[in-house]
Amino acid sequence: MNRLKIIFSFIVILLCIFIRFTDAEETLRLATTTSTYETGLLDYILPVFEKEFGCEIHVISVGTGKALRLGENGDVDILLVHAPEAEKRFMKDEYGTDRRYVMHNDFVILGPEDDPAGIGELKKSTEAFKKIYASENIFVSRGDDSGTDKKEKSLWARAGLYPRGAWYLETGQGMNATLRVADEKRAYVMLDRATYLFNKDKVRLKILVEGDRDLLNPYGVIAVNPLKHPHVNHRLSLALVEWMTSSQCREMINKYEVNGDRLFYADDNSPVD
Amino acid sequence: MDYIIEGFKKAFIIIFSLDKEFLMIVFTSIKISFSSIFLAALFGIPFGIFVGAGKFKGRKLITTLLNTLMSLPTVVVGLLLYSLLSRRGPLGDMGILFTQTAIIAGQCILAFPIIAALVAAGVRNIGDDPLIAARLLGAGNVGSALLFLKEAKLIVITSTLAAFGRVFSEIGISMMLGGNIRFYTRNITTAIALESSRGAIGLGIALGLVLLAVAFLVNIIVYRFRGEEL
Repeated sequence: MNRLKIIFSFIVILLCIFIRFTDAEETLRLATTTSTYETGLLDYILPVFEKEFGCEIHVISVGTGKALRLGENGDVDILLVHAPEAEKRFMKDEYGTDRRYVMHNDFVILGPEDDPAGIGELKKSTEAFKKIYASENIFVSRGDDSGTDKKEKSLWARAGLYPRGAWYLETGQGMNATLRVADEKRAYVMLDRATYLFNKDKVRLKILVEGDRDLLNPYGVIAVNPLKHPHVNHRLSLALVEWMTSSQCREMINKYEVNGDRLFYADDNSPVD
Repeated sequence: MDYIIEGFKKAFIIIFSLDKEFLMIVFTSIKISFSSIFLAALFGIPFGIFVGAGKFKGRKLITTLLNTLMSLPTVVVGLLLYSLLSRRGPLGDMGILFTQTAIIAGQCILAFPIIAALVAAGVRNIGDDPLIAARLLGAGNVGSALLFLKEAKLIVITSTLAAFGRVFSEIGISMMLGGNIRFYTRNITTAIALESSRGAIGLGIALGLVLLAVAFLVNIIVYRFRGEEL
């Protein structure tokens, strides 16, 4: 047996492994939601920032609840999330600095075309939820404490209902995965419009309720507070906050389309409460 | 059906056009699993030989413990290391959560008991005979150790490959500790999970084929070392 060959290839493999271990560039960790990442928006806008600032952004795509916890723990430098109430709490507890609204879209309620609960004519999301609750048709929820999940739970609460039972399914997964489950089960589901448009060709569910003011979905960016976590890259975080609210980035967000549909609407550079 | 055929078509295009993202994902997987297997073998093989060939009190207990840890769920390893490596945790100052290093550490913990337990079991089967023979022939400590390693070579290789198979195809640790960061900690399994949730199965199928090919390759190597024909 040619032992030399084996030893040689082993050494080559080891070299390959250890040579590339060092991270040369400055990195920034961004925790965000599945709706901004899996729709491809961040892969579209962030490379421009990376190039301009000579850095690498590591995007960790989780639900908003988990993203906020990563921020509280100091495991990431900056957040892009969509749960205004939870964000305000995050700021009040001094975990973050420089919170800004970046963009928005809205939530929609999807359901099967034959609409067994009969919500298609309704304008109010809470009314739709009441009808779904009464019909006990399958409703699929994220159940993962994400921004969408928080929103959905708050709407159930506002409708005065507590969904429980065999018809109410919690997937514990991201928005795309949850939409797949809802589609397979011909169920009702509430989700952000960006994720719906991104998947429009792949699902048979239809938009049944939209345009309710309660269904607004604002996305905010928050830099993690360096006073709580001295190791965070606050300088670069602030640069990203500035850049995401700049006219250059706003234009890119507004221009971003999937299958000819615009997914997000950039907001003006206003600091929020 | 069209959906699946379309997926396979896309998969072949991705593989044969040597798509950059695809190659990066495969490379990340290989790099991470090789590193973790290298480290796990470095400690696991000597420990396995020690447990298998040594005679000391508590050997049975250690063997049972190793055998139990062989079926350690990846999510448990992930959760454990996550709580240790988070900035809130005792090892948070290292700042290695969501890095390749974190995945390697987790996969090491996964692979170590597999290698150690299989090596220990194999070495026990060899028994004392070769050692006694070596002594009788006048070999010293180093000499008998070398002879012993030669006897155990097959066991060491098959154990390491078994652990590699487990590490290469695991997802719990990679997802929880690596965070599925594109071009950095996204490996084959986490990429497949993401692509299937996105509903784009092309890249997923391409990566799945790589996983199968690697499993096939590992088995061929094992056969070759056993001196068997396929």
